[in-house]
Amino acid sequence: MEILVCVKRVPDTSENEITVNKDGTDIEREDLVYSVNEWDNYAVEEAIRLRDKVGGSVTVVSLGPEDAEEVVRREMAMGADKGIHLMDAAFEASDGYGIATALKAEILKGSYDLVLTGAQADDGAGQVGGMLAAMLQWPFAALVNKVEVADDGTLKVGREIAGGNQEFSEIRLPCVLSIQTGINEPRYVGIRGIRKVASVEIPVHGAADLGLSLEAVGAAAARVKRLDYFLPELGEGAEILEGTEEEIIDKLIELLKSKGGIK
Amino acid sequence: MAQIFAYILHQNGVMDDTAVELLAAGAALEPDASVTALVVGSNPDVEQVSREAARSFDTVWKVAGEALAYPNAEVIRPLLARLLPKGSILLMPHEHFSMDLAPGLSVLLEAAYLPDAVAFEERQGQTLKAVREEFNGMVSTHVACDLSSGAVITLRPGAFALDQEQGKNGQVVDKTEQALQGGIPEPLRRFLELVEAEAGDVDISKSEVLVSVGRGIEDQENLEIIHELAEAMGADVSCSRPIVDAKWMEKSRQVGTSGKTVKPKVYLALGISGSFQHLGGIKGAPFMVAVNKNPKAPIFQVADVGVVADILDFVPQLTEKIEETAK
Ligand SMILES: Cc1cc2nc3c(=O)[nH]c(=O)nc-3n(C[C@H](O)[C@H](O)[C@H](O)COP(=O)(O)OP(=O)(O)OC[C@H]3O[C@@H](n4cnc5c(N)ncnc54)[C@H](O)[C@@H]3O)c2cc1C
Ligand SMILES: Nc1ncnc2c1ncn2[C@@H]1O[C@H](COP(=O)(O)O)[C@@H](O)[C@H]1O
Repeated sequence: MEILVCVKRVPDTSENEITVNKDGTDIEREDLVYSVNEWDNYAVEEAIRLRDKVGGSVTVVSLGPEDAEEVVRREMAMGADKGIHLMDAAFEASDGYGIATALKAEILKGSYDLVLTGAQADDGAGQVGGMLAAMLQWPFAALVNKVEVADDGTLKVGREIAGGNQEFSEIRLPCVLSIQTGINEPRYVGIRGIRKVASVEIPVHGAADLGLSLEAVGAAAARVKRLDYFLPELGEGAEILEGTEEEIIDKLIELLKSKGGIK
Repeated sequence: MAQIFAYILHQNGVMDDTAVELLAAGAALEPDASVTALVVGSNPDVEQVSREAARSFDTVWKVAGEALAYPNAEVIRPLLARLLPKGSILLMPHEHFSMDLAPGLSVLLEAAYLPDAVAFEERQGQTLKAVREEFNGMVSTHVACDLSSGAVITLRPGAFALDQEQGKNGQVVDKTEQALQGGIPEPLRRFLELVEAEAGDVDISKSEVLVSVGRGIEDQENLEIIHELAEAMGADVSCSRPIVDAKWMEKSRQVGTSGKTVKPKVYLALGISGSFQHLGGIKGAPFMVAVNKNPKAPIFQVADVGVVADILDFVPQLTEKIEETAK
C-alpha cells in the first residue's frame, strides 16, 4: 500500500506560553518550541504500522517555509520511507483550501492508495483532510481511531463520535482519513534515528512544479483571511490565590470544605 | 441576499440543543434573516424532528429516506450539494459529524469554509468578520470570510446563545424528491455498526467531587500524587484526553466531548489547559479550581479559583495538609 501522510510543523502548546506580538500581526514566535502537530504523529505511526503489515511505502509531506523540512526529517526518522517538502512564496497566507489545493496536486503526481492527515492542527480547523478528499473525489472519514485492512480494495475504519462511542464503516481505497489521537502509541524517536536521516535528500516542490497557477494558492485564493491575533478577553476569570504556599493551601482547603469538596 | 440554512442534528427523534444556537448565529449574521432548518434522516424521526424544528424556525426542509437512517457524511454530502441553492450559507455546530461532513461540502458547493467560529463581529456586504481561537484557546483571531459564493460555517457549541424561541408555526417542506433525484448512489463508505464506550469501574458522571488530571502531570508515575489527593478528599479521579491517549487511564475516566459528561459539585483541574472539548464535558457549573503553572492558561478564564503552581510540587503538599487537618 502506498501511503502519504500530511504533516505540519506547529508550536508545541503544552510547552509554550503563546502570546501575541505588539501590533497583533502574529504570535510571538521567538523562543517557541516547535514540533510536529500532535495528531500528525499518530497518523505517521499508523501509516508505518500499516506498511509493516501489508507492505508498500510511507511518504510524508509538509507544506511550509524552510523549517518545515525539520518535521519531515523527524517523521522519516520515525520510519517513513520518503519525504517531500512543499515550499513556495506563493503558498504564503494560504487558507485551508489553498493548502489542500497544493497537497492535491502533489498527490496526483504519485500513485497513492491512502492519504492520512491529522484530525486538526494548531489553528484547530480540522479542514484540510476533508477538503482534500472532496477535491480528489475520494471517500473520506474524519476522526479515525481504528484502521484495519479488510481486503485489497477496502479498509475497515472506526470513527470516534460523541461520548467516546465508535462508529465502524467500510471505506474503499483510495481514500483520505483524518486520524484522531489515541489510535496508537507513536514510537519514540531517538537522536540516533535523527542522525540516520540527517543527510537524506528531501525534494522541494514549488507551485510551478505542481502545475499550480499563482492565483490557485496563497492570499489570492483565500476566502478566509486572518486579520489579526489578540488575546481573549479575560472575562471575570478565576480568583487567583496569592500568598505563601502555606497560605494558599490553607485558603484552598477552607474553600473546598465550604463547597463540599472535602468529605 | 443569500439564503441561510441550519443543519439540525438529531438523535432518536429528538432535536439537538445546538439547533437554537444556529438560529442565534443566523440572527447575528443577518438581523431579520429567515433561517431554514434542514432535517435529514429517516422516518419517523424526520417527521418528529421537523415538527419540533418548526416551533423555532420559519421554514423546515425535510429529507427522509431509509438510506439516511444512520447519518453517513459520505451519503449526505452530495445530497446537500444538490439541494442547496448556489451561494447559500450553511450553519452547523462544530462537532464530530460536522468535522466529517462540512469541509468537503464547502468544496462541492465552491463556498468558503469557516470552521469553529466563536463569534460574529460584523458583516460588511459580503464580508463577515468572525472570531476564532487558535493554539488550543490560547490566542484568538479575527478572520474575514468572503460570503460572495456562499459559505459553510461551523459554530463552537455554546458560543451562540438565544432565549429559546418557540411558539412559531413554521412551514415544513418536503425536499426529499429534489435531494434524492436519481436515487442514492452506493456510497464508497458504508456504515457497519456502532460500538458504545465501555462503562469502566467508576461512573464519573455520578461523582460529586472530581480530581481531574491533564498532560501537566508529565509522567505516568506521577499519577500517584493525584490518587493520593483524591483519596484524602474522598473524591473520584478523572482526566483529560492525553492521559487516556497515553493509556495511563481508562477511557471511562475521560471528561469531554469525546468522553464523559460530568456534573460534579466540585471540580479540580490539575495541569489541564482548558480546551473547549474538555470543558464541553463539564455541566452544571461546578465550583472549579484550576492549578496550572502557566498563568495564561485558558482554564483560568472559566475556573472560580486558580492557583499558579507546579502540580508536582503543589499537589503532595495539599494532600499532606488535608490529611493533617482530618486528624
Ligand atoms: C474531536 C476532538 C475531541 C476531543 N475530545 C476531548 C475530550 O473529550 N476531552 C479532552 O480532555 N480533550 C479532548 N480533545 C483534545 C483537546 O483538544 C485537547 O488537546 C486536550 O483537552 C488537552 O488536554 P490537556 O489540557 O491535559 O493538555 P494540554 O493542552 O497540553 O495542557 C497541559 C497544561 O498543563 C500545564 N502544565 C504543564 N506542566 C505542569 C505542571 N508541572 N504543573 C502545573 N501545570 C502544568 C500547561 O501549562 C498546560 O496548560 C478532543 C480533540 C478533538 C479534536
Ligand atoms: N501546511 C501543511 N502541510 C502539510 N499538511 C498539513 C498542513 N496544514 C494542515 N495539514 C494537514 O491537515 C491536518 C488538519 O489541519 P487543519 O485543517 O489545518 O486543522 C493536519 O493534521 C495535517 O495532516
